[in-house]
Amino acid sequence: MQRNNLRKWLLSVGAVAVVALPMPSWAQLTKYDLETRLGIEAHVGDVTGHAKDAKPDYRRYCVGCHGELGDGNGENFPWIDPKPRDFQLGVFKCRSTPTGTLPLDQDLFDTIARGMDRSNMPQWSTFTKQERADLVAWVKHFSPRWTNEKPGTPITIPPEPEVTPERIKAGRDVFARVQCWKCHGVLGQANGPSAATLTDDLGRPIAAFNFTEGARPKCGDTDRDIYRIFMTGLDGTPMPSFADNIKPDEAWDLVFYLRTLMSQPSKEKAMAKQLGLKPVDPNAPAGQQ
Amino acid sequence: MSKRYNFAAVLSAVVLICCGALFLGQKVNAAGEGKITGTVKLDGAAPHMKGIDMSKDPYCAKIHASDPGHLETYVVGSDGGLANVVLYISEGYSGPATVATTEPVFDQKGCMYTPHVLGLDVEQKFKVVTSDQTTHNIHPLPNPMTGNIPWNQSQPPGASPVEKSWKAAEMIPVQCNIHPWMHGWFAVVKGPYATSDAKGEYTINVPAGNYTVTAWHEAAGTQTQKVTVAAGGSGSANFTFKAK
Repeated sequence: MQRNNLRKWLLSVGAVAVVALPMPSWAQLTKYDLETRLGIEAHVGDVTGHAKDAKPDYRRYCVGCHGELGDGNGENFPWIDPKPRDFQLGVFKCRSTPTGTLPLDQDLFDTIARGMDRSNMPQWSTFTKQERADLVAWVKHFSPRWTNEKPGTPITIPPEPEVTPERIKAGRDVFARVQCWKCHGVLGQANGPSAATLTDDLGRPIAAFNFTEGARPKCGDTDRDIYRIFMTGLDGTPMPSFADNIKPDEAWDLVFYLRTLMSQPSKEKAMAKQLGLKPVDPNAPAGQQ
Repeated sequence: MSKRYNFAAVLSAVVLICCGALFLGQKVNAAGEGKITGTVKLDGAAPHMKGIDMSKDPYCAKIHASDPGHLETYVVGSDGGLANVVLYISEGYSGPATVATTEPVFDQKGCMYTPHVLGLDVEQKFKVVTSDQTTHNIHPLPNPMTGNIPWNQSQPPGASPVEKSWKAAEMIPVQCNIHPWMHGWFAVVKGPYATSDAKGEYTINVPAGNYTVTAWHEAAGTQTQKVTVAAGGSGSANFTFKAK
């Protein structure tokens, strides 16, 4: 009751002070909020992670960037870019689940081991499985989303078909139709017309992925990873989900075509060379590549 | 080819009419005997709205070739009526959630959002559609701490509608990363609401009672007024904003 009154009072003061902006300020969690959630668990395969067991590892290896409260505001924050993830928001790039849903524990577990290419997040493959699972639970305890929601249902990825020249050509048509080149450029050089103005969800400038400089995509570089990236989107970034607009079979075609843009040698690259495949023409009318 | 364009023209006409119908429909979305009416005005001269350079995307530039698109922060009618103000009952309403006769539609048309501000009730379903022959991504940016979860979906030409709803009351900015000038709002409120039209007029249908009406504008801020609605009667609340 008393709490309620205090809240009302604070609300009315706030209303007078800030002309009653209906947008709530981005709430900051406190240590107290976090302690109440320390019982949270993570389940990866047959390993069960416990948040409370991860505290020493987090304080030793993670706190410098991700911060004591998991808000990505560690002491290294001003000096690094891309910025550390704010775990309090519960929004994650690398998911096997649809856009706008929580990732699986397995997704977070994989991200810790994989690291984030071209960022300050290294590969933490030195942790044991148990330690990583504990850290997953620790990451989850920062966001109230994990108490209020369940992770999304992972997307279905059909078995990878055999790559053929026809599939690579079909993949190029998908690349043209959904206009990947608007940001990634017709050659995958991250120089499309919209590339220069991209910002992340917090309004910070962000670059599109450049396929041509030998970098690994942040959420993994296997064919299945690439499939998953554009079918789930990278939440928190401008990369949207294409799940409603690319059929599973076409998605594999697109994966094969994206391989031809990458600088790493591949079967797909060799086939495209043999085909004499030209980059998409941004000025061609729809469906006439 | 020309057949295709005809089809596109008919399709966009249909979408436009639907949007129009929706705009009218918004004013009568809560079952009730009484109503609150009023006009929202902007005090003083309408601020200049910058033209938008759409040359990055030839498709968008072509549509606006004769009449360049303008920012829509302040849309002011000839009598000073302020459009795109969302009016809702912030206190005094405890009835059922809004029952809309039609599902609100948020259209991407000519590389702009139509409407610029879409009023919504909490948990009310709405559709995001595209009338454009260029790819958009629809990317709302709510504060995840409210319970509203950000998502980001692509809509290439001819994409099927995206149907969504929001869990909590919040004024949610929405953007397209491909066309950085595209900026709109999902104004999610609890209970009956209305959006002011081109003349600044609105009607909220509510049962008899004592209410506080809040008027929200994306740049000019919010104002509140107390209104009493008698059974079968109507209350009135006029608002005047100053441009900031």
